[in-house]
Amino acid sequence: MTAKRTLKDLIAGKAMFLITAGCGVLVLVMALGLLIRAWPIMQIKPLHELLFSVSWSPMKGDFGMLPFIMGTLWVTGIAIVIAVPISLLTSIYLSEFALSRIRELSRPFIDLLAGIPSVIYGIWGVIVIVPLVKGRLAPLFGVSSTGYSVLAAGIVLSIMIFPVIIHITMEVFQAVPAGLREASLSLGATQWQTVKHVVLRRSLPGIIAANVLGFSRAFGETMAVLMVAGNITKIPGSVFDPGYPLPALIANNYGEMMSIPLYDSALMMSALVLFVVVIFFNVISRYILHRIRLRIS
Amino acid sequence: MQTNPHVRVHDLSVSYGSTPALNRISVDIPEKQITAVIGPSGCGKSTLLRAMNRLLENSDGVSLSGSILIDNENIYDPGRDVTEIRKKMGLLSQKPYPLPMSIFENVAYGPRIHGMKKKNEMAETVRHYLTISGLWEEVKDRLHEPASRLSIGQQQRLCLARGLAVEPEIILADEPTSALDPKSSQKIEAEFKHLKNRYTIIIVTHILRQARRLADYVLFMYLGELVEHGPAAQIFENPQHEMTKEYIRGIIS
Repeated sequence: MTAKRTLKDLIAGKAMFLITAGCGVLVLVMALGLLIRAWPIMQIKPLHELLFSVSWSPMKGDFGMLPFIMGTLWVTGIAIVIAVPISLLTSIYLSEFALSRIRELSRPFIDLLAGIPSVIYGIWGVIVIVPLVKGRLAPLFGVSSTGYSVLAAGIVLSIMIFPVIIHITMEVFQAVPAGLREASLSLGATQWQTVKHVVLRRSLPGIIAANVLGFSRAFGETMAVLMVAGNITKIPGSVFDPGYPLPALIANNYGEMMSIPLYDSALMMSALVLFVVVIFFNVISRYILHRIRLRIS
Repeated sequence: MQTNPHVRVHDLSVSYGSTPALNRISVDIPEKQITAVIGPSGCGKSTLLRAMNRLLENSDGVSLSGSILIDNENIYDPGRDVTEIRKKMGLLSQKPYPLPMSIFENVAYGPRIHGMKKKNEMAETVRHYLTISGLWEEVKDRLHEPASRLSIGQQQRLCLARGLAVEPEIILADEPTSALDPKSSQKIEAEFKHLKNRYTIIIVTHILRQARRLADYVLFMYLGELVEHGPAAQIFENPQHEMTKEYIRGIIS
């Protein structure tokens, strides 16, 4: 009886270990897979041509990804510019000024935003943001725009990354010891002075990490962006121009016209670029946040 | 022995949610002396101290009644500027909390938020208070290093200098030596003795011997009640209350 129980225990333990290890290894396997599939085009074309050429015509064998990289940067940049101040101020308010009842009440709503499927953000973007850009924002600057633009995509994205940034920033603020705030308050500093000189200064690495995490989420977000960005292969000249971000390129084209030589490999290459950038920023920001958590415990 | 009362606590009750922490405390705290608040942990010593510079209201669910008069003004009057009240008091907590900036900036922080701008005036102020807190000689060559690099004993003296730099009348110290080694504790105690000519010092401590060494006036608290208070000699040599006797003799702790 006992022998049987220990055997079960042993098997369960080993099995769970293997599954866990398998999940961890998966990241490496995916990276390797992308690399192998992207290899053919990297053999033929120099890397700088792939990354920095503006000419993308698969039929002619031109695979310059710059328009897509720029599309992604525009969209992500706009999202960050909108999201950083708003989410920072929200976090400061909720963590430092709001009564705990308001904080506890609004937290689930903010976290809920993170759980909404991105296709719904996309539809909402098409119904609300695109007409807003077309009918209000663009005319304000005397520009005509279809509304399908990097600005529309940036706005939708910024709303998608709020919850990520707010959640983590609040966690970072919570890691600032109460005694430190009291030290500042007891000197006669106001709440705002305390936030500005003590809480923010102490939290700076964590705030950066939270925003970088938001950035990397925005960088790789596909569905919502694809629906509102316009998807025209051209480097955007202004926020009202359409753009064609990398994830949208892959999602729109993979599986079609695969008979074109090197097309598959080019798409894999762009997936690899996306993968590397997102993983890189994720690892850095998670490392910083890990250090901050160590400091609390 | 009896001097003017500096802080007058009147009928002060505090509770955290439904848990009472202080029950109808009334006491006068003498000016320019060291008053020690003693009693076992959880008896409300820290709560009393924090009530005096209105730090309690930052926590949730705290309710407070009664009044605390400092210089004959009730600090709980609506409309009183809380930053002005806090500026009158320097707080020294159990653990030193240096602000995330340099040694110099830690001391300059208070004067700066209260409007001091001139560079040489600031430098002089910082030097002055670091000297008073006995830290100047140790840090004068590294004023612009982060304060977190100081030893914990030095940090506590830095916090003292920081508190003094806003020119308070009262020093509130909440077990200020509990995180320190004996040598550093001794330094802080020496500072207090030195400072009591100019400041009213209220020190919360659970170290009976520390209270004996320092106090001119003693408050003994037990489970949120102020059991007995009086001049140190009276409390230590001739306590009136049974509970005080037992605490002083070490039967309860």
